[in-house]
Amino acid sequence: MAATVERVLGKSIKRREDPRFITGKGTYVDDVKLPGTTYAVFVRSPHAHAKIKAIDTAAARKHPGVVAVFTGADMTGVNSLPCGWLLPELKVPPHMPLASDAARYVGDPVAVVIAETQDAAQDAADLVAVTWDAQPAVSATDQATAGGSPRIHEVAPSNIAFKWQIGDAAAVDAAFQGATVVKKRIVNQRLVANPMEPRACLARFDEATGDLTLWVTSQNPHVHRLLMAAFVLGIPEHKVRVIAPDVGGGFGSKIFLYNEETICSWATRKVKRPVKWTSTRREAFQTDAHGRDHVTEAEMGFNRDGKIVGLRVKTIANLGAYLSTFAPAVPTYLYATLLNGVYEMPAIHADVTGVFTNTVPVDAYRGAGRPEAAYLLERMIEAGASALKMDVAELRRKNLIPKFENGYQTKVALNYDSGNYEAALDKLLSVMDYKKARADQAAARQQGRLVGIGLSTYIEACSIAPSKVVGSLGAQAGLYESGTIRVHPTGGVTVYTGSHSHGQGHETTFSQLVADELGIPMEQIEIIHGDTGAIPFGMGTYGSRSASVGGTALLMSLRKVKEKGKKIAAHLLEASPDDMEYANGQFQVKGAPGKAVPFGQVALTAYVPHNYPEGLEPGLEETSFYDPSNFCFPFGAHACVVEVDRDTGHVKVLRYIAVDDVGNVMNPMIVDGMVHGGIAQGVGQALWEGAVYDGGQLVTGSMMDYAMPKADMLPMYETDRTVTPTPVNPLGVKGAGETGTIAATPTVVNAVIDALAPLGIDHIETMPLSPERVWNAIKNAKRS
Amino acid sequence: MKLPVKTTINGQAYSHEVEPRLLLVHYIRETVGLTGTHVGCDTSQCGACTILMDGQAVKSCTLFAVQADGATMTTIEGLAKNGELHPIQQGFWEKHGLQCGFCTPGMILAAHQMLERYPNPSEEQIRHQLEGNLCRCTGYHNIVKAIQWAAENMAGKK
Repeated sequence: MAATVERVLGKSIKRREDPRFITGKGTYVDDVKLPGTTYAVFVRSPHAHAKIKAIDTAAARKHPGVVAVFTGADMTGVNSLPCGWLLPELKVPPHMPLASDAARYVGDPVAVVIAETQDAAQDAADLVAVTWDAQPAVSATDQATAGGSPRIHEVAPSNIAFKWQIGDAAAVDAAFQGATVVKKRIVNQRLVANPMEPRACLARFDEATGDLTLWVTSQNPHVHRLLMAAFVLGIPEHKVRVIAPDVGGGFGSKIFLYNEETICSWATRKVKRPVKWTSTRREAFQTDAHGRDHVTEAEMGFNRDGKIVGLRVKTIANLGAYLSTFAPAVPTYLYATLLNGVYEMPAIHADVTGVFTNTVPVDAYRGAGRPEAAYLLERMIEAGASALKMDVAELRRKNLIPKFENGYQTKVALNYDSGNYEAALDKLLSVMDYKKARADQAAARQQGRLVGIGLSTYIEACSIAPSKVVGSLGAQAGLYESGTIRVHPTGGVTVYTGSHSHGQGHETTFSQLVADELGIPMEQIEIIHGDTGAIPFGMGTYGSRSASVGGTALLMSLRKVKEKGKKIAAHLLEASPDDMEYANGQFQVKGAPGKAVPFGQVALTAYVPHNYPEGLEPGLEETSFYDPSNFCFPFGAHACVVEVDRDTGHVKVLRYIAVDDVGNVMNPMIVDGMVHGGIAQGVGQALWEGAVYDGGQLVTGSMMDYAMPKADMLPMYETDRTVTPTPVNPLGVKGAGETGTIAATPTVVNAVIDALAPLGIDHIETMPLSPERVWNAIKNAKRS
Repeated sequence: MKLPVKTTINGQAYSHEVEPRLLLVHYIRETVGLTGTHVGCDTSQCGACTILMDGQAVKSCTLFAVQADGATMTTIEGLAKNGELHPIQQGFWEKHGLQCGFCTPGMILAAHQMLERYPNPSEEQIRHQLEGNLCRCTGYHNIVKAIQWAAENMAGKK
C-alpha cells in the first residue's frame, strides 16, 4: 500500500514562487532583453482638451538614433480600441490608439518615437512639434452634463455615455411614505491603482514566420490577444502570442487593453525590430485606468422599529475621456446590483448616469463597483442609526438577511449563494469586545479625546462570472476559465491555467489543489500561467475569480485524469473500471488497497501503451472549461478604532479587525495576506488617496503628490474568519482578493465620523478624510 | 561624451564608459544586466531601486552612475551567500512578506541597513524605517513580521 501523502489543501504552505522574488530572479516585462530592441517614447497631450492642428515630426526623425516616428495618420487600417461591455444605447466614441483629431485628456498619446536607445527616443519626442488648439475642458463629475460644458465626443451630446436604472422606483416612493428617510450626498473619489510595477510591453515581429510575440503586464493575456489582434490590428490570433510573465501587481489596472501595447505591436511590424515601452510612474498616473469617481445622492428609509423600508440612489459615474475596456459594467452591474448588501431591503431603485470628462478613462479598480455600493450602504446605515438614535451594531443586526444555504433573491437581480451574516457580525463584535470598546471610547471622550469606532458589513459578487448571465447584461465575452492537467510519462504534472498570478500565489495554491487531488508531492507539480502559446484559452484574473473559476476548471480536469487512469489501472489489474477508486496516490480496487497501481505507473502506461485497454486513446492529459452557474458572494464584517487629533485633523487608526467569510480557504496565509493588502488600500481611500484635477490638469500626478499608504501610517490587522462554503462550485471557495478593499473604506470613515460626533459632525461628503478636510470639518462645526 | 565608471557589484569588478546622465539604477539594470533592482517611480518615493552602496542603503534612481565610480555595491542578487538565503530573505519567505515581489528587493535591502542600525527594532521603528519603501500588496503587516523574524534569527546567529 502506498504511503499516505500529507494533505496540503487548506494549509498555510509557504509560497513556491518566493525564492525567485527574494533573490532578484523574477522576470518582469522590463527584465526581458532581446537583441536589436528599439525603445518607444510617446508624445502626449499637455492639454485636457485640444484640437490637433498639425504634428511636425521632421526634427524628431532627423535626431541621431531615431528609427521611426509615427502619428495617428500613419496607422491606417487600425481600428478603435474596443469597449468590451455594451449597455443599451451606450454611446461608444472612437478611441484610436494615437489621437489624430483631438486630445481629450492630459496624457492622450498623439505620436510615438522609436529609437535605438531610451534616451534618444526621449530626446526626439521632445522635438515633435504639435500645434494645439486648446479647447475648454471639464473634469468634475457633477459638471460634465452642465449646460456650458464642452462636448467631448460628437456621438455623446451633453457628455452622457449612458443612462441606466435598476429596481422599482414606485415601490421606493410608496415605502418612503411615513418612513424616517435619511438623505446624504456621497462622493466616492477618484483613485489611482498604482501597482508597484509600472505597465510595460515588448513586441517582437518575426519576419521569417510572420509571428508576433508580445510580452505585456497583463492580468489576462488571452483577453489582450483577442481584443488587440482580432479587434484592433486585424492580425489572426494564431499568429500572435501574448506572454504576461511575472507581473508586479495589477489591482484591475492591468486588465485593460491600452494604447501603448497596441501601438508597439503595430510598430514592430513596421520597423521589423523589437519595440519596448516601459511606463514611467508619471505616465502611469496619466494613463493607467483610474478607479471609482462617483457622485451620489442617496436616501434610505426606516420604519419606527429601525427596519429598512427602501433605498433610493442617483449616481453620476465619471468614465473619463474614453470608454475603457470594461468601464460601463463597473458603475452598473458591479455596483447597483450590490445595493441590497447583506440587508433585507423591501424596495430599491438606482439610477446611474455615466459621463465623459476630460480625464483619464475610469475602469475597474480592486473591488470595482462593489466598494462604491458598500460605502454607500454603510454610510446610510450610520445616518439611519444617528437619526433613530440606535446603536450602529444593533441597527445592522436588526436588518440582516437571516442565515440561508442555497439562494437568496435580492431586489436588484442577484441571487446570493449562501450566507450567514449574523455569525460574521457576532464574531466581529466578540473579537473586538464591542462593549469594552464602547466603554473605552466613553472614557476617552471624558478626557476630551476624539476616539471613534467604525463598523461595516459588506457583500461582494465574485467568481466572475456565468457567461450567459453577463452576456445578457452586455458583456462581449464569456467569463469561464480553462485548466489543463498534463501528466508526464514519469508521473510529473504540468498544470496550465488561464488564470494569471500577479501576486496572488497561484503556483502555490493550485499546486496544493493538484497535490491533494492526486495524492502526489507538490514538488512533482509545475504551474504554467500567463502565456497564450502554452495555455488553451483563459479569461485571466480579476473579480476574485482565480480559485473559484480557475481552480474549479483544474478540478474538473483532475477528475477526468482520474477517470481515465481508472480504466488503465483496471486493465492492468484485470478488474472492472467501475470497481476502481483513487486514494493516496494510487488506483486501487475498492476496499482492497493491496490490489493497486501507483499513479506513476498508470502515467507511464498511458504513454507506453503496450498492455492497454482496447479503444482507449494513449496519453494522460485533460482540459476543461468551467463556466460557473452563479457568482459567489463573500461577505463579512469589519471594525476599527481611530483617534482624531482635534488640532491637526490627523486620523490615527488604533485597531483594525476583519472578519471575512470567503467560503473554504485553500491557503490561510495567502488569504490573510490578501485581506491585509486590501485593507491598506481601503484605508488609503478613506484617509489619504485621491486623484485631483484642477482645470483639467492632474495635480496628483506623481507619488510626491498622491498619498500612497506607507508602513508607518497603518497598524497591524487582526483577521478572523467564518466559513460558509458556496454551493456554486465543488471547492466551496468564494473568492478573497477584494474583501479588504471593499470593507475598509466605510469602516474607517464611519469611525472618523463617530469620533467627530461629539462636535455635532455626522457626515463628510468627500473622501479622503485628509487632515485638512477633517480640520475644516472641526473648524466649521465649532463655528455653527 | 562618455565617462569611465569602475564599480564593484556583488563582488564582481566592472568597468564601463557611460553617459553622464545615466542613472545608477539603469546602469545596474541595463549596463551590468542585474534586473533584480526595480524601478517603481520617478520621484524617489517607492524605494524599489534600493541597493547597498558602500554599506549604505541608497535609492539607485537618485544617483547618476558616474557618482558610483569607485563604489562597492550589493544588489538583491548578491545577498544570498553560497546558495544560502540571508536571514532577511528567509524572513520574507517564512512570513509571507511579499505578494507580487516587485518591491521586495528594495524592502529587503532597506531592512538590511535597518537591522544594522537597530538589531532589535520595535514595530514602530520598523514602520518608521520603511517610510521610504512602498508596497501595494501586503499592507505592510507581513513585511513587519518578516523583519521581526529576521531580527530574531540574526540575533540567534551572533
